[in-house]
Amino acid sequence: MVEARQDGDDCLLEVRDLTKIFGEFRANDGIDLKINSSEVHALLGENGAGKSTLVKMLFGSLEPSGGQIYWKGDPVEIRSPGQARALGIGMVFQHFSLFEALTVAENIALSMDNDVPIEKLADQAEKLSREYGLPLDPNAHVADLSVGERQRIEIVRTLLQNPELIILDEPTSVLTPQEADKLFETLEKIRSEGRSVLYISHRLEEVKRLCDRATVLRHGKVTGACDPGQETAASLARMMVGSEVKAVTQHAGSAGDEVLLQTNGLSAPARTPFAVALKNINLSVNRGEIIGIAGVAGNGQSELFEMLSGEFLAHDANAIAIGGKPVGKLDISGRRLLGAAFVPEERHGHAAVSQMSLSDNMILARHRSDAKVFLEGGPLKIINRGAVKTAAQRIVEDMDVRKSGEDPQASSLSGGNLQKYIVGRELDRQPSVMIVNQPTWGVDAGAASRIRQALIDLAENGSAVVIISQDLDEIFEVATKIAVINEGTLTEAEPAADMTLERIGLLMGGVHGEDHGSEASHAH
Amino acid sequence: MDLTQAVILTIVTAATPLLLAAIGELVVERSGVLNLGVEGMIIMGAAVAFAVAKLSGNPYLGALCGALTGAAFSLLFGFLTLTLVTNQVATGLSLTILGLGLSGMIGESFVGQAGVPLNEIAIPVLSTIPFIGPLLFNQDIIFYISILLIFGVSWFLFRTRAGLRLRAIGDNHHSAHALGTPVIRTRYLAVMFGGACAGLAGAQLCLVYTPQWVENMSAGRGWIALALVVFGSWRPLRVLAGAYLFGAVTIGQLHAQALGVAIPSQFLSALPYLATIVVLVLISRNRRLTLMNTPACLGQGFVPDR
Amino acid sequence: MRIELERRRQQSPLFSIFSPFLALLLTVLAGVIIFWLLGKNPFSALYSFFVEPLTEVWSLHELTIKAAPLIIIAVGLSVCFRSNNWNIGAEGQFIMGAVAGSILPVLLPSMQGYIVLPLMMLMGMLGGAAYAAIPALLKTRFNTNEILSSLMLVYVAQLFLDWLVRGAWRNPEGFNFPETREFHDYAILPEIVPSSGPTNYGFVFAIIVTLLTWFMMRHMLKGFEVSVLGQSTRAGRFAGFSNSKMVFFAFLFSGALAGLAGISEVSGAIERLQPVISPGYGFTAIIVAFLGRLNPLGIFAAGLVLALTYLGGEAAQISIGLPDKIADVFQGLLLFFVLGCDTLINYRVKLVFDRTVKEGGVS
Repeated sequence: MVEARQDGDDCLLEVRDLTKIFGEFRANDGIDLKINSSEVHALLGENGAGKSTLVKMLFGSLEPSGGQIYWKGDPVEIRSPGQARALGIGMVFQHFSLFEALTVAENIALSMDNDVPIEKLADQAEKLSREYGLPLDPNAHVADLSVGERQRIEIVRTLLQNPELIILDEPTSVLTPQEADKLFETLEKIRSEGRSVLYISHRLEEVKRLCDRATVLRHGKVTGACDPGQETAASLARMMVGSEVKAVTQHAGSAGDEVLLQTNGLSAPARTPFAVALKNINLSVNRGEIIGIAGVAGNGQSELFEMLSGEFLAHDANAIAIGGKPVGKLDISGRRLLGAAFVPEERHGHAAVSQMSLSDNMILARHRSDAKVFLEGGPLKIINRGAVKTAAQRIVEDMDVRKSGEDPQASSLSGGNLQKYIVGRELDRQPSVMIVNQPTWGVDAGAASRIRQALIDLAENGSAVVIISQDLDEIFEVATKIAVINEGTLTEAEPAADMTLERIGLLMGGVHGEDHGSEASHAH
Repeated sequence: MDLTQAVILTIVTAATPLLLAAIGELVVERSGVLNLGVEGMIIMGAAVAFAVAKLSGNPYLGALCGALTGAAFSLLFGFLTLTLVTNQVATGLSLTILGLGLSGMIGESFVGQAGVPLNEIAIPVLSTIPFIGPLLFNQDIIFYISILLIFGVSWFLFRTRAGLRLRAIGDNHHSAHALGTPVIRTRYLAVMFGGACAGLAGAQLCLVYTPQWVENMSAGRGWIALALVVFGSWRPLRVLAGAYLFGAVTIGQLHAQALGVAIPSQFLSALPYLATIVVLVLISRNRRLTLMNTPACLGQGFVPDR
Repeated sequence: MRIELERRRQQSPLFSIFSPFLALLLTVLAGVIIFWLLGKNPFSALYSFFVEPLTEVWSLHELTIKAAPLIIIAVGLSVCFRSNNWNIGAEGQFIMGAVAGSILPVLLPSMQGYIVLPLMMLMGMLGGAAYAAIPALLKTRFNTNEILSSLMLVYVAQLFLDWLVRGAWRNPEGFNFPETREFHDYAILPEIVPSSGPTNYGFVFAIIVTLLTWFMMRHMLKGFEVSVLGQSTRAGRFAGFSNSKMVFFAFLFSGALAGLAGISEVSGAIERLQPVISPGYGFTAIIVAFLGRLNPLGIFAAGLVLALTYLGGEAAQISIGLPDKIADVFQGLLLFFVLGCDTLINYRVKLVFDRTVKEGGVS
């Protein structure tokens, strides 16, 4: 540590023994971290490792419970984001900190601590965005912009503060591979200007490619510091996860001929100003197939899920068929009775009610399909709590759900454990059609692998599975066929073996047709 | 002054309390807070304004104390909903119930007594303009304040950085917090501003509109003000238009009653309430418009991470 | 110094039970301060407000008569609030229930017999439910804010009743008093134990309504549906429950119960229609619902407590010369404290002195 101070000439930020405790939970436990000037420093760790907690303390939005932060060698207390900005720390948030109802210029003004008139800020932003090749229209409303454009706003407004350290929280998780390449170019430029970047990610390949040094977190503790260029993806993964994660195994596909789920020219207008309209979606899933639907967030994934699940009904009964029966006008309970099962993206407030117990959350999805077991008393529909609890316990055991207490509230489970419960709740019915939106979003590696394996096993036992996911690695890992959704249109599904990352990336960005695809693959 | 002028003047006087309470609530709602206690704050402002004016003989002091009472009273709501994150609907209701009770106790000894009215202040030159001069430039001070507030709030919300921050907080309190904008503090200030406006509206009722104390004299105006905010789709100038429209309905039915129109007086008295419902339906049936204009965080509690 | 909240991972079972009692205690403390400020002896004032009404059989009967409508309305509202529908217009539905239920004894006084009373109750419920259907329809059809529409309809209902009793329904033999003819014997809700006091079958209705609603919310799928949709419409839709049907269910259910309370009050206590038939039961019931933590059994107890504030207000007026508005003040304060104390169920409350965190004795 003493040495660390002495060569501290080019040490920009140092963190010693930083700790954050929520209640009894140690989210960060004695973190040491050192970032030099002009370096891209990776902060690696899986979901729940404490990365976000750490950077929130660095940016002044969380108050540390213990430890010390040094900025250019001097101890500092960062009490607010404004103070962090004054020091020279800028932050690009994972889920963005933008205001949908406001314009780009107004959004930028909100993160500036001076009182420069908005018109002038807009000019500055436009100039800067051209310099960095991140084109922006200052008068556009954020609500109308794509995810990639929104990230540009975040980056431009951070750069406008002329920071010495830029923190990026999982920036590529919402980008197409091509957009990510563009981002890496920008980061190279930022580094060449003598600024530093703290780059948070759980994607090993991009960290190896981009970062000079890496610090790895697990369960709130530093488990390694290394030069990612010298490591293999496997060794980084070990530091991140702690033990080997069981690889997902896929047997040679034995897809049947029987079509279990089909859409025929499914279209739906946007229900709200913030939603995406679905246009002429044709999808056909056979017994034993897993179709992966890739796409950048906000391109109609939720809308497609709502249509397939029957949470919102199609205008034409024939637009959707389950097991050959037209179900476009059948509600979600009716579709479940036909053997379909659904797992939406949002765990809290959609797939589960946070403040209800696990057994109550069992009734949520299965009161109709399992009415014979769960309900009694005829038309009174009295809930048989005993039967429900038995079923909930069965799922907890099958999916290895870790919980405290006999029947705890859904809110008390970690993301991974709740997701295992939610997926298990549907698998337990042995559905013939299973539709899952973002199956492992925000889930730790162990739980993710277990969920993916369960979905593969389901397909191998003769069910049709649809996985909507932003995680291309996940799609390649489990899907037998891949389709891409972009602005509410879906490409034709193609065998996974014939798909490349480049091609999917182009489709995700809205470039269709063979010409572009082959050009791009030649270029690489 | 001819009859038309006299009628318009009464409309303006009837509209001013609605306008004041609504512009205050507009700022509160723009910051993402729904305070259903407007009625309670108005009646508290009225009771205190009347009592102070009566005891001190100074209606200006009364009006000031009315506004301060509204602000102080709104702090109760602020503490519960902002610091303790209670349900805003229920807390606003309890503010109304408490206000109706407390004001009744304060006003008990003043029932039936003559009040101390606020006099008109003629603005030199302008008040001599034919027709509009006596209407707009020979008014009491609360009227002038109400008009200044409309334009002031409009300027504040859409032309200043602080106003931008307030709107941003109403749109997404999580983002605002992440950027370091003080969510809770801003909301406290907004709630107190709303309280002061409602208190001043109450002062207008008992110092200008009917210079006396009558129990429950707010008569649902707080609720109509809430409806006006929706009607004006959270925009000050539209709220101004709405308030005068409602003033016209209220005065119109009073004149109709006085003229002995062959419609039962109860039906005419119900008109402002029915009109509120009709207007709400007309405005809110356009879901797109409402969705685009409603502050996205309206009514949601916020607990910052620390 | 500032106050910070920290979300509990599980609701605190301790505070789920004790928060209403804590709120009551705080209200009493506030009462001590208020009486002291008013120059009254706080303890004798509190005694005459809260205790004296409980010492006489006569006033115990009064208590049940005041509590019954509060409980019946509040139980209905609890279902409504739990489903996240904000029916603030129970006062109006109470009035319209009373009006609809009074059609038979007022307009058809010649129709007599044991069938009249059940028909009146049924019509009262229909009247309340029909009036509550208006905000439900406007909400589902036009997206209209139900808080404002249901509340505006209270004023309309009050004026409607006023018009009826001064006009079309005025007692022809009533010397121009603004009231309808007195109900005949078959239209009057009987007393349960006439020899003891005037407690009528309205209180029995309150007990039945409480138990049935408790059973529905606790054990039936319908109750589960109410809770799910109240907490998340999206999760409700995922479960296959329809939110717009729930809006109607909630409003019709609470409206029918408010209507039942209205006709029971008119037929059991007033025995005719007059311009004012409620001292604000519909609004006080909102407090009752929250004080009872939206649980029917809790509401039953809370209804008795709030009824006591009415009697206490009357007693305070007579024995210590305070305006009866003091009852409103206590009710408002009580609701404030209930809401504030409920925060303890979901959060730990901490007092923070700069950077040193100190647990504020309530974690």
